[in-house]
Amino acid sequence: MATISIKNITKSYGKTEVIHGVSLDVADGEFIVIVGPSGCGKSTLLRMVAGLERITGGTIEIGGRVVNDLEPRERDIAMVFQNYALYPHMSVFDNMAYGLKIANKSKDEIRERVGKAARMLQLEPYLERKPRALSGGQRQRVAMGRALVRDPAVFLFDEPLSNLDAKLRVQMRLEIKEMQRSVETTALYVTHDQVEAMTLADRLVVMNGGVAEQIDTPMAVYDRPATRFVAGFIGSPAMNIMKGAASGREFTLEGGTTLPLGEAALSGEGRPVLFGVRPEHLRLVPDSEASIRLKVRAIETLGADTLAHGRFDGAGAEGGEFIARLPGKTKLAEGDLLPLAMDPGSIHLFDAESGKRI
Amino acid sequence: MEKRVTFDNRLLPYLLLAPQLLVTIVFFFWPAGQALYQSLLLPDPFGLGARFVWFSNFEYLFNDRYYLQAFVTTAVFTFFVTLVSMTVALFFAVLADQVIKGAGVYKTLLIWPYAVAPAVAGVMWLFMFQPSIGVLAFYMKALGVNWNPVLDSTQAMTLVIAAAAWKQISYNFLFFLAGLQAIPKSLIEAAAIDGAGRWHRFRTIIFPLLSPTTFFLLVVNIVYAFFETFGVIHTMTAGGPGRSTTILVYKVFSDGFVGQDLGSSAAQSVILMVVVGLLTIIQFRFIERRVHY
Ligand SMILES: Nc1ncnc2c1ncn2[C@@H]1O[C@H](COP(=O)(O)OP(=O)(O)O)[C@@H](O)[C@H]1O
Ligand SMILES: [Mg+2]
Repeated sequence: MATISIKNITKSYGKTEVIHGVSLDVADGEFIVIVGPSGCGKSTLLRMVAGLERITGGTIEIGGRVVNDLEPRERDIAMVFQNYALYPHMSVFDNMAYGLKIANKSKDEIRERVGKAARMLQLEPYLERKPRALSGGQRQRVAMGRALVRDPAVFLFDEPLSNLDAKLRVQMRLEIKEMQRSVETTALYVTHDQVEAMTLADRLVVMNGGVAEQIDTPMAVYDRPATRFVAGFIGSPAMNIMKGAASGREFTLEGGTTLPLGEAALSGEGRPVLFGVRPEHLRLVPDSEASIRLKVRAIETLGADTLAHGRFDGAGAEGGEFIARLPGKTKLAEGDLLPLAMDPGSIHLFDAESGKRI
Repeated sequence: MEKRVTFDNRLLPYLLLAPQLLVTIVFFFWPAGQALYQSLLLPDPFGLGARFVWFSNFEYLFNDRYYLQAFVTTAVFTFFVTLVSMTVALFFAVLADQVIKGAGVYKTLLIWPYAVAPAVAGVMWLFMFQPSIGVLAFYMKALGVNWNPVLDSTQAMTLVIAAAAWKQISYNFLFFLAGLQAIPKSLIEAAAIDGAGRWHRFRTIIFPLLSPTTFFLLVVNIVYAFFETFGVIHTMTAGGPGRSTTILVYKVFSDGFVGQDLGSSAAQSVILMVVVGLLTIIQFRFIERRVHY
């Protein structure tokens, strides 16, 4: 159990800088998820915490101790890899006991700790098997067991679920969360899957291009995305974002259509902004109350919800692509013109240049 | 679905196989048959005729002190050639596996010795360690070593082992390097996080995962030391001093072509054939169950 403090961390490979100064303070027992698109530097950041990559600039503290120059084994961490990295020539028991044997624990203690982890992860029947005789989900559990038995200060996970099928992924997601809650060990968890990120995290770190764009609770990230990137990345289907100019209480699209800004009103005239509204914050209303009319081009019926894809009436030649998420029972047909209103307070404005939230 | 190729002409498949079969028959089965037949004959002193003597050539061999000594010599020679060439190769491969810059150059340089013929390798080492003109012999003498492999049988043995092992290092290196690179990096990283130091990681993760490669190379190196080192021995020591480097293949040659005892030489060849056969069986058996962890 420990706090982690990452201060202005940078990482360069040769002349290329891939992490551009990330700072993060993690409380004891907190579950932090680092989420972002592929190649944004999530793994690199995690591996620097683990001690598998050299730190180019900044400092990392674990439990108040600067670990920059410590070997992985001196950092009191455990890591679960995407490909599980189980030792193929050792039984499940030996895989889990490997670290304990190195730490010179007594035979009895090893048996007890491995036994406890195996019980927790329902691995007891498989202790004598080799990894290749296990299913994907079981291997995943062994990898977690190996981290668990060492009772480290920090758990590090690098996309641990991405090799599993969809159903198993949901199940293991819950198990990881439960496990972390019960042992109360600080965890850093890397994923590119936003659903995984939202459901697991106490706090999210949304990364893009080597920068942490926002660090906050999942709900705060969803409600008040700090940048245009975060707005588009978190939430499914993605937020509708349109270019235009804001003047007082009105937003004028590039095509000339105006939309009311409501509470989001800005002072100043004709400021170039990005206007965002989530698909789930649109409602079907009588024509007289409509602020947008959506010309439906395709319909996806998901059961609980129906997604209407289209462009809104009056959009210019380009852009204006729009998605509305409506109740599942809504009767829709392609070519319909849907009168829609936005929920109050659901409008997000971002500076057109910096992409920062206004 | 019929996936196999089918031939309309019944003769064609045999025709296509013929060249390969012919080569095998002419260069393997025929001489092997000859050796087998020869091993049962005793030629007269002038080489004009031969008498069929059943297994007396073999009987004679197994009562021959020198033949049994050659077995021991071969065992010692093979053991050290295999040990030295594999250990050194593994050491270089582990180093090369960690090199990031200039790995290509490093590998190419290490592969070169493989292109050198055994006899040439022998001559090279002979020159370097020749007691009166050799470069390295000069330094060894300067260090106070009484270096004279022409007279000292232990030194002669050391020298042929070194030359034979040196030549095989490249081959072993290539396989070990490929084996090392096939081990996922994350395994090593996981072990490092689990607290294992360099040596412990090597001993408990890397070496066990290399064992299929190691076993394969073990057989290949034994076969090499047994059968392909004739050139090295012939150029460096000619089996001497005092038969101390006469390994089995060399004895086949020296008894048959120098000593003109063709019957015994043929019998020795047959015994060697049996040895190769056994080694091959071991290897095939193993390859069938390749993944053994
Ligand atoms: N060993 C390396 N050498 C050079 N560039 C690397 C190396 N490892 C990663 N990178 C680069 O660093 C960036 C971040 O990589 P990574 O952290 O693996 O991304 P993620 O895990 O978010 O998908 C990528 O652009 C990748 O190409
Ligand atoms: Mg990654």
